[in-house]
Amino acid sequence: MAKKSKSKPVDRRHFLKTAAASAALVASKPGAARAQQPAPEPRNASAPILARPAAAPAAVVDEAVTIDRPGSDFMVDVIKSLGFEHMFGVPANTYMSLQESIVNYGRNKDPEFILATNEDLAAAMAHGYAKVAGKPALIGCHGTVGAQHATMGVYDAFCDRVPMVMILGNIFDAAKRGTGKVAWVHSAQDAAALVRDMTKWDDAPHSLPHFAESMVRAYKIAMTPPMMPVALVLDVDLQEEEVPKGANLHIPKLGTMVPPAADSGAVAELAKLLVAAEHPVIVVDRVARTPEAIKHLVELAETLQAAVIDRKGRMNFPTRHPLEQTRSRMGLADADVVLGIEVIDFAGVRSQRQGSKRISITANDLFSRSNYTDYLKFAEVDLAIPADGEATLPPLVEAVKRLITDDRRRFFQDRGAKLAAAHKEVFDRYPQQAVVGWNDSPISTARVTAELWPLIKNEDWSLVADLSFFQDWPLKLWNFDRHYQFIGGPGGYGIGYGAPAAVGAAVANKKYGRISINIQQDGDLMMGPGSLWTAANHHLPLLTVMHNNQGFHNECMEAQRLALRRGRDATRANIGNRLIEPVIDYAKMAESMGMHGEGPINDPKDLGPALKRAMEVVKRGEPALVDTRTQPR
Amino acid sequence: MSEKIRNGSEIARWLLLAAVTVSLIASSAATAQTPASSTPAASQSANAAPAGNAENGKKLYVLYFCWSCHGSQGRAGGTAPAITPSTRSADDLIKYVRKPRGAMPPYTSKSISDRELADIAAFLRAVPKDPDPKSIPLLNQ
Repeated sequence: MAKKSKSKPVDRRHFLKTAAASAALVASKPGAARAQQPAPEPRNASAPILARPAAAPAAVVDEAVTIDRPGSDFMVDVIKSLGFEHMFGVPANTYMSLQESIVNYGRNKDPEFILATNEDLAAAMAHGYAKVAGKPALIGCHGTVGAQHATMGVYDAFCDRVPMVMILGNIFDAAKRGTGKVAWVHSAQDAAALVRDMTKWDDAPHSLPHFAESMVRAYKIAMTPPMMPVALVLDVDLQEEEVPKGANLHIPKLGTMVPPAADSGAVAELAKLLVAAEHPVIVVDRVARTPEAIKHLVELAETLQAAVIDRKGRMNFPTRHPLEQTRSRMGLADADVVLGIEVIDFAGVRSQRQGSKRISITANDLFSRSNYTDYLKFAEVDLAIPADGEATLPPLVEAVKRLITDDRRRFFQDRGAKLAAAHKEVFDRYPQQAVVGWNDSPISTARVTAELWPLIKNEDWSLVADLSFFQDWPLKLWNFDRHYQFIGGPGGYGIGYGAPAAVGAAVANKKYGRISINIQQDGDLMMGPGSLWTAANHHLPLLTVMHNNQGFHNECMEAQRLALRRGRDATRANIGNRLIEPVIDYAKMAESMGMHGEGPINDPKDLGPALKRAMEVVKRGEPALVDTRTQPR
Repeated sequence: MSEKIRNGSEIARWLLLAAVTVSLIASSAATAQTPASSTPAASQSANAAPAGNAENGKKLYVLYFCWSCHGSQGRAGGTAPAITPSTRSADDLIKYVRKPRGAMPPYTSKSISDRELADIAAFLRAVPKDPDPKSIPLLNQ
């Protein structure tokens, strides 16, 4: 390859044109294929830097200047060292250099670039992905117009305490922005300011060593509980300019990260309270990141024979376990000790028993942002343990075991039998509740749930949907016992999370051969129907079942109630709230994006066969959508 | 349209507020503001509820958004109790919705007439019962 001239700075647009022409020439030359060696997959512990491609044979004719090793190639080395598997992004010229390096230098593997059709969707995809994968993805966007789109998705992840690493492209040097409009309006003095209130940390590195340190630091901060999004602003020139010859670039070692467990004295005090309690209740919300958390929580509950109330910010506790008391008569009301583990709104979790003790374990006490009030109402507790819930479970189990006497064990066994009976009562009632409106049209949400279960129960499945508006029917009728089978909700309650988060979660599940099931609200899908395209583009085994109640139903009810409270006309609640004129054909929408579409299904008798056909498509490794016209909730 | 939605606890808080508001509205009904011009016909005497027309009641049940909380056939919509199968008379229904308890907003005579409510009551009485869950294999897995 020709040597790059050092006497003349490379104009970015000129460079891109020249590079494109050169690429065409190089591709036609013998030996060009050999120059593109597959990149090895370094990991941070050893942190190697990828070898440069071998030099091509000398050119016969004079050729244009090319850049052998842009800064963004080194950035890919750093990114690979941290084990990133995916970058969800919308293409943007302010980080196109990094995208090109990922695709060509990094061979589009670890990370693989996944194209979203809106940065909001890219962020929500990274959100869903992280909750299944247990680690962050990258999202790529313009630091200005892209980040503005992305904010809703980032805010949801921030509120849901989910890690992701934002790459915000920017042009730092005003002298490089030229006289046109675009480069100027796509640049900012402080691009991360837009997301600073909803990220844990940000930086704008000015050199490649600075980038390496900041990227490793970003990963470490994002993955330390409480986990949150972080942002790095990347300058175009830093990405595009050649790595200086002889530069001694180093990738800092991340090392093994240990989440912060509770102080041993606090654990001992808590164990005493739990063992001595008459009716302790363990309330969990966003505890389980791994299978180990479920195992340890089950062990704690069984050791104490204590009630567990799962608020399902994550999949924390098996739904059919006899100690699961979320909706039972032996829940909170009479608890004398309430232990909240990673409970988001613990202020609202109260026993009615006089003198009951309240203890919280949460990493949320370790870090907060001020502006957005996602910290919720102040929770009054008797003992606040600022620590990661999952990491604190093993020492707590051991501390409890050490204190249990034979007398207490017998007492616990009696308590466990009563709890098991209460659990059975609840689950025995569900068929009677589910049959309500069984043959109605629109179809009941319970019927949709019941029709799905026989199609997935013998598969490795993952429900990647928020159930806020679905009466939690799957949690009542299906059997959840693995941490990836439910991923909680959006966190910030921004509509538009559902479809892209399901896609991101399905990306993570695909690696394990799992089938992902999404119950999709229609209003949510209309915020970002391009999510369907990404699912088709990446051949995701994702079944989307529409919860199509034809509108923004919560707002519809509010409009109705407000009108009635004012003695006005409730019949006008349609206006501004319902998606009915024209009616949206979601099956055709899915087909237009390249996936199997069925529906609309109005008659419940048609639902089972439609779902079965769609599942056959999903089992072949492709997405499918079934549009079911459903009851409002 | 709002991009924000309420979670379960927020809805519960709203419902509590709504219940309080319902009581306040009911106690001050005599001094309530004049309704908008598009509100339905004025109430008839509550002492003599007209006989209902179930077919018309079905249309009115949709028109007045009863379905939005109670579901399309009155069998619960996730935010309000099931109101079918029903044996409730028109008089009972009128009496209840004019000054409901709990979270339900009031359907006062400014919003819906007695005749319309009688039709809705007839519709609710006509809705058939659900099947026995034991007869449904999908609910016995």
